[in-house]
Amino acid sequence: MTEPTDRPADALREGDSAPQAPASAGARKIGGLAGWVDDRTGAAKPVGYLMKKVFPDHWSFMLGEIAMYSMIICLITGAFLTFWFVPSMGETVYDGSYVPLRGVLMSEAYSSTVHISFDIKGGLMIRQIHHWAALMFVVAIVVHMFRVFFTGAFRKPREINWVIGSVLALLAIIEGFAGYSLPDDLLSGTGIRAMAGFVQTSPVIGTYLVYGIFGGPFPGEAIIPRLYSAHVLLIPAILVGLFTAHIGLVALQKHTQFPGPGRTNDNVVGYPVMPVYAAKAGGFFFIVFGVLTLMAALVQINPVWAYGPYDPSPVTAGSQPDWYMGFADGALRLLPGFLEITAFGYTLSLNIIPGALLLLPLVYVVIGVYPFVERFVTKDEREHHLLQRPRNAPVRTGIGLAGATAYTVLMFASANDIMAIKLGMSINDLTWFFRIGFFVLPPIVFWVTKRVCLSLQRRDREQVLHGRESGTIIRTPDGRFFERHEAELPQEQWLLVQHEPVAPLEIEPETDEHGVARPAARKDRIRAALSRFYFADAVNPVTPAELAAAQHHGHETEAIDAPRHAGELESAEAAETAGRR
Amino acid sequence: MNALAARRRHPAAIAVLLMIGLFLTGAVYAAVAPEPADATSLALPAQSVEEGKALFRANCASCHGLNAQGRPTGNGNQIAGPPLAGVGAAAVDFQVGTGRMPMTQPGVQASRSESVKFSDEEIAAMGAYIASLAPGPAVPDAEAVDPTKGDPARGGQIFRVNCAMCHNFAGSGGALTRGKYAPSLRDVTGKHVYEAMVTGPQSMPVFNNANITPEDKRNVIAFLTTIDQEKAPGGMTLGSLGPVTEGLFAWVFGLGILVGCAVWLGSKAA
Repeated sequence: MTEPTDRPADALREGDSAPQAPASAGARKIGGLAGWVDDRTGAAKPVGYLMKKVFPDHWSFMLGEIAMYSMIICLITGAFLTFWFVPSMGETVYDGSYVPLRGVLMSEAYSSTVHISFDIKGGLMIRQIHHWAALMFVVAIVVHMFRVFFTGAFRKPREINWVIGSVLALLAIIEGFAGYSLPDDLLSGTGIRAMAGFVQTSPVIGTYLVYGIFGGPFPGEAIIPRLYSAHVLLIPAILVGLFTAHIGLVALQKHTQFPGPGRTNDNVVGYPVMPVYAAKAGGFFFIVFGVLTLMAALVQINPVWAYGPYDPSPVTAGSQPDWYMGFADGALRLLPGFLEITAFGYTLSLNIIPGALLLLPLVYVVIGVYPFVERFVTKDEREHHLLQRPRNAPVRTGIGLAGATAYTVLMFASANDIMAIKLGMSINDLTWFFRIGFFVLPPIVFWVTKRVCLSLQRRDREQVLHGRESGTIIRTPDGRFFERHEAELPQEQWLLVQHEPVAPLEIEPETDEHGVARPAARKDRIRAALSRFYFADAVNPVTPAELAAAQHHGHETEAIDAPRHAGELESAEAAETAGRR
Repeated sequence: MNALAARRRHPAAIAVLLMIGLFLTGAVYAAVAPEPADATSLALPAQSVEEGKALFRANCASCHGLNAQGRPTGNGNQIAGPPLAGVGAAAVDFQVGTGRMPMTQPGVQASRSESVKFSDEEIAAMGAYIASLAPGPAVPDAEAVDPTKGDPARGGQIFRVNCAMCHNFAGSGGALTRGKYAPSLRDVTGKHVYEAMVTGPQSMPVFNNANITPEDKRNVIAFLTTIDQEKAPGGMTLGSLGPVTEGLFAWVFGLGILVGCAVWLGSKAA
C-alpha cells in the first residue's frame, strides 16, 4: 500500500497494511450526513432510541400537546412582537393611522402596541395569535391536568412530574398576567393598579414591597420595563427549562396507557415515534397553529386601541383579568368588605388578602401536594403505568370535581357584572348566589360524583356477571318471562375487571406487644380515618370466583332479579321439581 | 336514500340533525314571526302646550300625576313617577324618543325600546308642555350634536374619564347595583346622547355645561359615532365586553375545535 520513498526508515514499513477499520462505527452504520453528525456528536444512539420509542395512542394524551404547541406559538409570535414593541413608559403623542387616538398623550408602550396593530403589516394578526395562543396555553394546561388527575397518572413514579407541571401551570398564568399588563392600555393599567393594591395589603411590608416593585409610588416609570424583562426573558426561560424537564421525564418514565387487553404495568402498547408520532404530533402542531390563526383572523382579542391609553383616573366597566386570573378576581368580588380590620392605627385588609395574596399560591400548593396526600392514605409504594378509569377512584374523582367546582364558582363570580347585564339579573343576587355556592356546591358535587362513580362501578359488575341487557324479553313455554342477557366479549370484560380491589387500611394496635404506645400510632389513626373516607364504600371488581359462580347458576336464563333473588328462584325451582316428582 | 340510510348511524349524524333542526326552526321563526304592531299615530298639525298637556294627561299622568307633580305609590317611599317640573323638553325627548317612556310595566329601570309610541310632533308637544311648567334643558339643535364638527380623539378622552366606568370602554354598557344597568351606547343618536348628558336619566348623573362643555359633549358624540362606524379591526368583537367573552370563546370554541381535532387524529389508524 505505502508508496516507496527515499527515506531509509520506510523500508521497515514494507508490507504494512493501512488501517482496515472504518472511520467510525457511526459512519459505517448510517453514512451520509447523519454519519457525519454522529461522528462529531454521538447522537445516533440517543436519537435512534427516541425514534424507536413507543407511545400509546389516545386523544386525551394530545391535550398536553396543545399546551406545548400553544407555548411554542407564543414564543414565535412573541419574538415578532418584540421587534416593534417599546417597553417604556416615556410619554409620546400618537400620530399614527388610528384616528380616534390621534393627538392623544400616551406611553411609548401603548403607542407602539397601537402601531403594531395598525401600521405594521400582519402586526394585528400576530398580536391576536399571540394572545389567543396564550389563552389556549392555559386552557390546555388545565384540561391536561384534568386528564392526568382523573386517570391517576400522577401516581408513583410520576409525582415529581406532577409537581413540575403544577409549577408550570402557575408560571404560565404569571407569564400571562405580565403580558396582559405590557400594552399599558386602560385595561392592563387597571390590572397593574389592582396588583399594586394587592401587594399593598400584605401586612407590615406591603408599602415597602410596592415601592420596591414600582421603583417608587404607583405608577412610576419602572413597572413596564420590569414586567417586560420578566415576560420575555425570565419567565419564558424558566418555563422552557421546566417544560424540557417535564417532557424529558415523560420519555424517561414512559407514557402511561389506558388499561386494555395486552396492556400491562410493564409494557407500552402503541406505535413508535418514527414514523407514526413524528407524523401525528408534527401534523398536530400545524393543526393547532392553524386553528389559532383562524381564531386570530376571525375574532378580535384585547382591542387595545378601544381601551385607550392608561391613565390612573378612569376605569372602564367590564374590567376583568384574562380568564386564568378570573378566580382570584372573583374571590375579591365575593369577599365581604366588613373583613377589613383597623386596630391600633393599623389596617389589616382581610377583605382582600385571602383572594389577592393567599388564594393563588394556595390553589397551586393544594394541586401540587395531592399525590403525596393520596400516597399517605394508600401507603402505595408500587409503580403505576396503567391509568385508572375515573369511576374506579370515586373519592379522588369527587375531590377533583369538587375542587374544580369551587374554582369555577370563583371564576364565574369575576364575570358577575357581565352576567348581570347579559342575563338581565341583579349583580347583588348573583354575588350572593356565588358566595353561597362557593361553600355549598363543592360538597354537593363531591357527593353526586362519588355516587355516580359507585353506580357506574356497580353497573360494570352487573355487566360482567350477567352480560349486557339485550332488551329482548323471552317467554318460556311454561309462561315465565326473562330478559336475555348477551355475554360480554372477553376483551370488554377485561376492561371492567382489570382494576385492583381496594379496602380501607386496617388500623394497627396503638400499643405493641409489651403494652408500650407506638410512636406512630397517631399518624396511623389519621391514615386509617382518611383511608376509610377514601375506600369504606368501595365497589370492587368481580373476582374470578364470583364470575364462575354467576356463570354456573346463570347459564342462558338469567332472571331479571339480582343474583341473590336468582338463587332463591333456583331453590324454588328445585323444590318445585322435587314436588312434581 | 340508501346512502342516507347507511349513514344514519354515523357518529356525526346526531350533530348534523341537530344543526339542521336548529337552522330550520330559526328559518321558520324568522319567516312567520309576527311583525311588531305599528304604532299608528295621529300627526298633530301644530305643537302646542295645550296639545302636549292633553297627551300627557292621557298617557303619562297615571304615574306622573295630573299636573306632572309626581305620584307616590303609597307603599313606603316608592314613587310611581317623579315630578317633572324643571326636567325640560330634553328629558321628554330622551325618555319618549328612545321608547323608554311610557314604561310598559314597573321595573328597576326603563329600557330602551325600538317601538317609539309617539311621533316627533307629539313628543315635541309634550316637551313644550313640560318646559312650560318650569325652565329646564332644551332639546339641542342639530349643530350641537353634529359628529362631523367634533374631535373623536378628544371625545374619547372625555368618554374614558366620565362615561366608561359605567358604559364600558366601547359603550357596550355595564352593570349597576340591584339589576340596574348602564345601557349600551351603540347606535344611539347624537341628540339622545346629548340629552342624556344634560338631563341625567335614571341612575345617570347630570353632566352640565360646567362639567363637560358643549364642545366636549359634541366631541363625545363624534367619538361614539366613529366607533359605531368603524369596521371592527381584527374580526368579530364578541360584544366588546372585555376578557370575559374572550375567555368564554377560548374555552368553548378554541378548546372545542382543538379537542375535536385531537379526537379525529386519535381515531386515525397509524
